Amino acid sequence: MKLKYIIPILIISLSTIGCSTDDNDTPIVDEIQNLVKIQEIKNSDHTIELYNKTGKFTTGYNNVTIRIKDNTNDSYFENLSISWMPVMKMPAMQHSCPKSAITKITDKKTLYEGSVIYQMTNTNGSGWSLTFEYTIDNEDYTATDTISVIQSEKQNVASFMGSDNKKYIVALIEPKAPIIGINDLIIGLYKMENMMSFPVVQDYRIMLDPRMPGMGNHSSPNNTDLSYDTTDNIYHGDLSLTMTGYWVLNLKLMDSDDSLLKGEDVTESNERSSLYLELEF
Amino acid sequence: MKKFFIIGISLFCSNILLSQENPFETRKDTTLLQETIVIAQRKLSNYRQEKTLSSIDAYLEKANKVTMIKRGNYAWEPSLNNMTSDRLNVTIDGMQIFGACTDKMDPITSYVDVSNLEQASINSGQEGTENGHCVGGGIDLQIAPSKFYNTGLKTNIDLGYETNGNYKIAGLDVEYSGNKFYLNTDAIFRKSDNYDAGNKEEILYSQFQKYNISLQGGYNLANNHILEANVIYDKATDVGYPALPMDVSLAEALITSVTHRYKNNSTTIKSLESKLYFNTITHIMDDSKRPDVPIRMDMPGWSDTYGFYSKSTLKEKKHHLLINLNGFYNRSLAEMTMFPNDPNQPDMFMYTWPDIRTLYTGLYINDNIVLNSKESISTTLRLGFHQNEIAKKEGVESLQIFRPDVSDSKNRFLLSFSGEYKLKKNEFDAVLGIGYGERAPSVSEGYGFFLFNSFDNYDYIGNPNLKNEKALECNAKVNFKFDALKLGITSSFFHISNYIIGEIDPNANSMTIGANGVRLYEALEHASIFDVYLNTGYNISKKVSFNSSIGYNYGMGSNKENLPLIRPLSYLAEINYNTQKFNAALQLEGNGNQSEYSSFYGEDETSAYTILNLNLGNIIHFKNNKLVFKYGIENILDANYSTYADWNNISRQGRNFYLNASYILF
Repeated sequence: MKLKYIIPILIISLSTIGCSTDDNDTPIVDEIQNLVKIQEIKNSDHTIELYNKTGKFTTGYNNVTIRIKDNTNDSYFENLSISWMPVMKMPAMQHSCPKSAITKITDKKTLYEGSVIYQMTNTNGSGWSLTFEYTIDNEDYTATDTISVIQSEKQNVASFMGSDNKKYIVALIEPKAPIIGINDLIIGLYKMENMMSFPVVQDYRIMLDPRMPGMGNHSSPNNTDLSYDTTDNIYHGDLSLTMTGYWVLNLKLMDSDDSLLKGEDVTESNERSSLYLELEF
Repeated sequence: MKKFFIIGISLFCSNILLSQENPFETRKDTTLLQETIVIAQRKLSNYRQEKTLSSIDAYLEKANKVTMIKRGNYAWEPSLNNMTSDRLNVTIDGMQIFGACTDKMDPITSYVDVSNLEQASINSGQEGTENGHCVGGGIDLQIAPSKFYNTGLKTNIDLGYETNGNYKIAGLDVEYSGNKFYLNTDAIFRKSDNYDAGNKEEILYSQFQKYNISLQGGYNLANNHILEANVIYDKATDVGYPALPMDVSLAEALITSVTHRYKNNSTTIKSLESKLYFNTITHIMDDSKRPDVPIRMDMPGWSDTYGFYSKSTLKEKKHHLLINLNGFYNRSLAEMTMFPNDPNQPDMFMYTWPDIRTLYTGLYINDNIVLNSKESISTTLRLGFHQNEIAKKEGVESLQIFRPDVSDSKNRFLLSFSGEYKLKKNEFDAVLGIGYGERAPSVSEGYGFFLFNSFDNYDYIGNPNLKNEKALECNAKVNFKFDALKLGITSSFFHISNYIIGEIDPNANSMTIGANGVRLYEALEHASIFDVYLNTGYNISKKVSFNSSIGYNYGMGSNKENLPLIRPLSYLAEINYNTQKFNAALQLEGNGNQSEYSSFYGEDETSAYTILNLNLGNIIHFKNNKLVFKYGIENILDANYSTYADWNNISRQGRNFYLNASYILF
């Protein structure tokens, strides 16, 4: 009975092992498999290539894969230190947005990654620019260019003023592909320290109440509020989705003393919290 | 796991081989205790007279312990001993078949018609386990067996009309019967508009339309071997359900089987009957005719069943043995798509039955021991292996929202047994029985996801980890005869542990707009159900007789709450006039006030009612032909009433004049 499964599995695994040895000949092509190039940012010496799954920057959370090419011989650097600064130019002022540090992807040779949360954009996608500062063999370089950030259809990021008169940003990180069932909900929470600095907020609590406005604004059972996880510096909770469709994740932000900073309960008369994110699948 | 099924199939095959040895004839053993309703399409019956062309549902309703739960004028759900589908085993000629509607809008009795069947055998409690496990009992809708009458060609034409609802019935039945071969084909068509309740109150969305065709043929292979094939196709469209928020645009069934029969009188094995079958059901709920709904939705469901049984009867001295080996594989899938009123929002989708596969194999043995000319003992045993599997990953993940420990498969072993003592004297007969039975949760109870029940206005969530429901049962039946007077008492008592019922989850929010909340299927520690019926019959003269029946039912859970859908005090009295060619009956029927209703499970009190019916029948013989007429008035006084079994208190039919005619051409 089982032999008939084992044999094909053996054959398939043997043949795939055989194939993967061939792939080793062209490792550079392999490293950006399944990724689409968003943009290149150049200076006279190097080209910085930006990738993600869709090939586009959108408002909200963006995970970015980065590599830097030597323009002289088209090879990619394997030993870098990089930092970045996104900037939104507005008529009267300019500001940045929450972002992570750029780190090397552990099992890749030439790839680095980081994440950035664009909290807004102009209607035509303009306004943002990205500046990279990096060091190769103790020599510092910089490259900068404008980028295009497309407005997401659903609200996956919200910036707001808390009752403590501080500005905050929340952004939906996971689930990217929601299921009917219990999803791991991951939300990033950042404080606007000044125009250019958006550090992670620690040890607050985000209360969750998902609703379906298209169907009597019903909720779902067994959700859990989000709490701060010190290992990855973001907020985790359980999100139950009982069916596909359009969901509003109503949130309430509580600080470490459990006082309410933003958001309201959903009731008969109040269909939605003033702090919410949207999700559709 | 699948081993059981394979063993089943191979035993089944060996039966066929075994059966090809002894060529002699035998007659059927009719000592089994059961309530049998003859589906007499073209005969006159003289007890609780039926319209000859009424639906199967209306025929079943005539049985003492059966009531029909009505959500409209079509597809009623049988309740036996105050227990409904989940606790019953309803089969068509021994074939397992499962409705495809999550809201019980298509009990399988709706997929056959009078033209298909010969009789319905109703077995209370553990007597009903011949075809499968049950708690409340079994109903087997039996197709007419081999028709080797050598009568040549015979044609029947049936026509019926009822004033209430402008209900039209037309049927045609053509039969060729020879010694070696027979072929029977029939078709029936029914169409009704909205009916009127008493005082001319039109019940909107109570219309229906259906047709049913069937083909049955048999060939006499050798002296004792018969091979038969049967196909039934049933299609209902435009069925309204006034008690529910949705109607049905399609309920379609294809029921097929091949049967081998063998009979031999001179050997220990008296008969062998083996059947392979397949049936498929498509059921599509629809709200497009309702002008005002909070949200539009589509709710299709599918149910496919493959199965077999092989049963043999044996006789050895005092023992009459019936052995039935059966198995089936069912796939139940239902889904729901909701269309938001805001066109910018995407459709909402979920699986309400996430592709549940059920595999069952079991063995049934019944030994009827004749002690002497007056006494006999009957024992039954059924052992089964029951497996459920969730084929869709989405299904497992959905149910894990409510119960994180849900896995994709669940195995159960089921056991049922019973014993019965029977005494028969001239002026007195009695039956005493005890039984123990187990059943697995139904697909809805185990795996349903947000099934809206408009009866109590809650959404229901299944629980795959429910324990088997177990029933301990005792029953008694005593009949006395004094000259023209007959007195009978029948009674059953069930003590059911792990009684499956929906319990409110205070933390969950209903999905259905306007619903009160969510109930999760859980088990009460135990529940008790009791019923007793007193039947009397008195023959005033050879032609005139009087019948009556009074029933009392009781149901209580271990939480000290009344169970829902328990019949209140019921009564029926009938006076008959009966000759060979004419009969008439005046019938008084009613229920007492439903004082012990279950508000906890969403019931409200239904008040008492009484209705009066008049039925008349004629047979007219021509030279070679015969005409059977049934006509009468139902609900003569045009009472506007509803019973405890009417979903959401929908009123039943008001006054109705009917005429059924069958013309038989030899």
